[in-house]
Amino acid sequence: MTEAWSYPEALWTVKDLFVYPNEYIYWSVQIVMYPLMTGLVAGAFVLSSLYHVFGLKDLKDMAKFSLVFSFALLLVAPMPLMFHLQQPLRGMEVFFTPHFTSAISAFGIVFFSYSIVVATEIWFVYRKFFVEQAIALKGKEGLGNSLKQKLYSLLTLGAYDISEKALHKDEKAVKILAGIGIPVACFLHGYAGFIFGSVKANALWMTPLMPVIFIMSAIVSGIALCMLTYIVIMEWKKFRIKTSRKSWDVTAAEVGGAEVDLIRKTSRYLIGFMIAAITLEILDLVFRGYTAVKSWEILRSVIYGKDFVDIFILQYGFGNLLPFIMLVLPGLTIRRTAIALVLVIFGVFMMRWNVVIGGQAFSLSFAGYMHYKLPFIPENIETYKEGFFGALTIGLMPFALFWVINKFIPSLKYHK
Amino acid sequence: MSISRRDFLLSTLKIAAASALPLSAFKILSPAEARAAIEATSVRWGFLVDTYKCVGCGFCVKACKLENEVPYDAPVTRTWVERYLILKDGRMVADTPLGGRDGFTKLEIQEEIVEPKDVSKAFFVPKLCNQCENPPCVQVCPVGATYQTADGVVLVDRTWCIGCGYCIMACPYGVRFFHPVYKVAEKCTFCYHRINKGMKTACVGACPFGARQIGNLKDPNDPVTKTIMTERVAVLKDEYGTKPQVYYIGLDENVR
Repeated sequence: MTEAWSYPEALWTVKDLFVYPNEYIYWSVQIVMYPLMTGLVAGAFVLSSLYHVFGLKDLKDMAKFSLVFSFALLLVAPMPLMFHLQQPLRGMEVFFTPHFTSAISAFGIVFFSYSIVVATEIWFVYRKFFVEQAIALKGKEGLGNSLKQKLYSLLTLGAYDISEKALHKDEKAVKILAGIGIPVACFLHGYAGFIFGSVKANALWMTPLMPVIFIMSAIVSGIALCMLTYIVIMEWKKFRIKTSRKSWDVTAAEVGGAEVDLIRKTSRYLIGFMIAAITLEILDLVFRGYTAVKSWEILRSVIYGKDFVDIFILQYGFGNLLPFIMLVLPGLTIRRTAIALVLVIFGVFMMRWNVVIGGQAFSLSFAGYMHYKLPFIPENIETYKEGFFGALTIGLMPFALFWVINKFIPSLKYHK
Repeated sequence: MSISRRDFLLSTLKIAAASALPLSAFKILSPAEARAAIEATSVRWGFLVDTYKCVGCGFCVKACKLENEVPYDAPVTRTWVERYLILKDGRMVADTPLGGRDGFTKLEIQEEIVEPKDVSKAFFVPKLCNQCENPPCVQVCPVGATYQTADGVVLVDRTWCIGCGYCIMACPYGVRFFHPVYKVAEKCTFCYHRINKGMKTACVGACPFGARQIGNLKDPNDPVTKTIMTERVAVLKDEYGTKPQVYYIGLDENVR
């Protein structure tokens, strides 16, 4: 056979001791990004629902923002899979011919039902705004205004009634949708955990705790990212107020005051979910060590040996313990929070990394190891897609999307 | 004719309820079930490996690669041979250089030179797809591109596989990989194109020592079936509940 062939997996896999010939790190950095992104979606949505469903008034400003941000994240969630698939053009088959014994086949249903819930909720939240814009822009000069007017009147879907009674109905609908959304969001991410937890061939992945662990860490990462993005945007706003010459309707101090207040309140929820996530992870680890089944010998050598720095220093140390202390200590400032939030997101990323890559760090023979070398410089399309820059592309996409969406559906306001 | 929304919904509900009972009498069959119902098969392919007979020449791996168009120098293979050495100090070392394609001609194993005098026992173990009765790879395929035939062989539809790699992750035996040219999941098929025509698999045909045999497990007179029924045989990793259908004679407890 003389056809051209390639095996990119062999480029980033280093084998050690006895490993079967076909074993490689098949699920690489994009499969780390995939649960990270779906986790952020679920987390952002749950954060917004805390206000809508449970009426946690201190999260009011955060709720709108995290709802719209969740939508931007949602659109990016399938992208890591598209980058990862060997046949990306066939990706649609998951929707057309789902094979329901597979956890991945649920993706189509869960993803679409979740999209519908989020999009509908956004519509109810913003309906009044759409109607107002559509009416205000009517008859205004300029192509931009006329296009905008067309878009907004399309977005109203013909429902122009913004009487007190109609708006009250909208609120009720939002509440119901947010309520439906919480289990759906948890399912979206729980099933991502199930994808891993149900692989009986993989000793590290197989645990019924996996979906729950994934949901908790998802909420942690989602809340952290929403808070961080909020801080960045508010700081930018303050900076612009201070530096621009035109007059604003608020002062920088007012924006800052509202910001600190909101961040302090939200961080309490973050800490709560962090405790839940870490408790479950430690439980899993203790249980594995205590029961010490056949696979424990090799798992122990990976967890306490080869991946020690990744797991205990980077994930638990810098990703959990340090930010936890930073958030709990009194006199929380924006800067300290921002640093802690970056660490929290990093910690969740490392958790995904240690599950996905760590699960492939040992051979099915239990007598050998595989080491993953993340491709940095993209030498070809494969090493771009499954390399550092591919992951970076995915990581930046939701922000770009949010920037676009936010032009039409403004979700950031500040109190006077 | 006009109908109010309330009436419309009510009658829809009634129709749905009324049709639910008769419809529940129908059973939805998967294509495989439908086929099995029409033509009940009298064949269940199984494999027998006699590890005492294997000398690790690698002819089976060569033959397989050529027969099944897996690029000869690609670092993956549908079938392979493992070498195990149990040393006198109790340690086990094993390797499978290039899947054993070129045989085992070096004393070096796992980056150390093992002198023959230090070896307590040594043997070769050929591996291939176990064509499990309960295949986890088929279970996890999100699009149904991989399937089990009525005669027990697990195949991949190259025109439908999306290349997600979930099946590769799900196989406890590490037999699956991506085809280096077609970029879809690839695996041993027991040379399905050959056995259907009454031929042996390429590896069975290439083995000079009769270490590999394929047979019909539903035929009590088949030599493979007879051996499995009358001698002491074992399978690999039965703890995963996959019900593997490749049987081994002389399987050592050290085999992974």
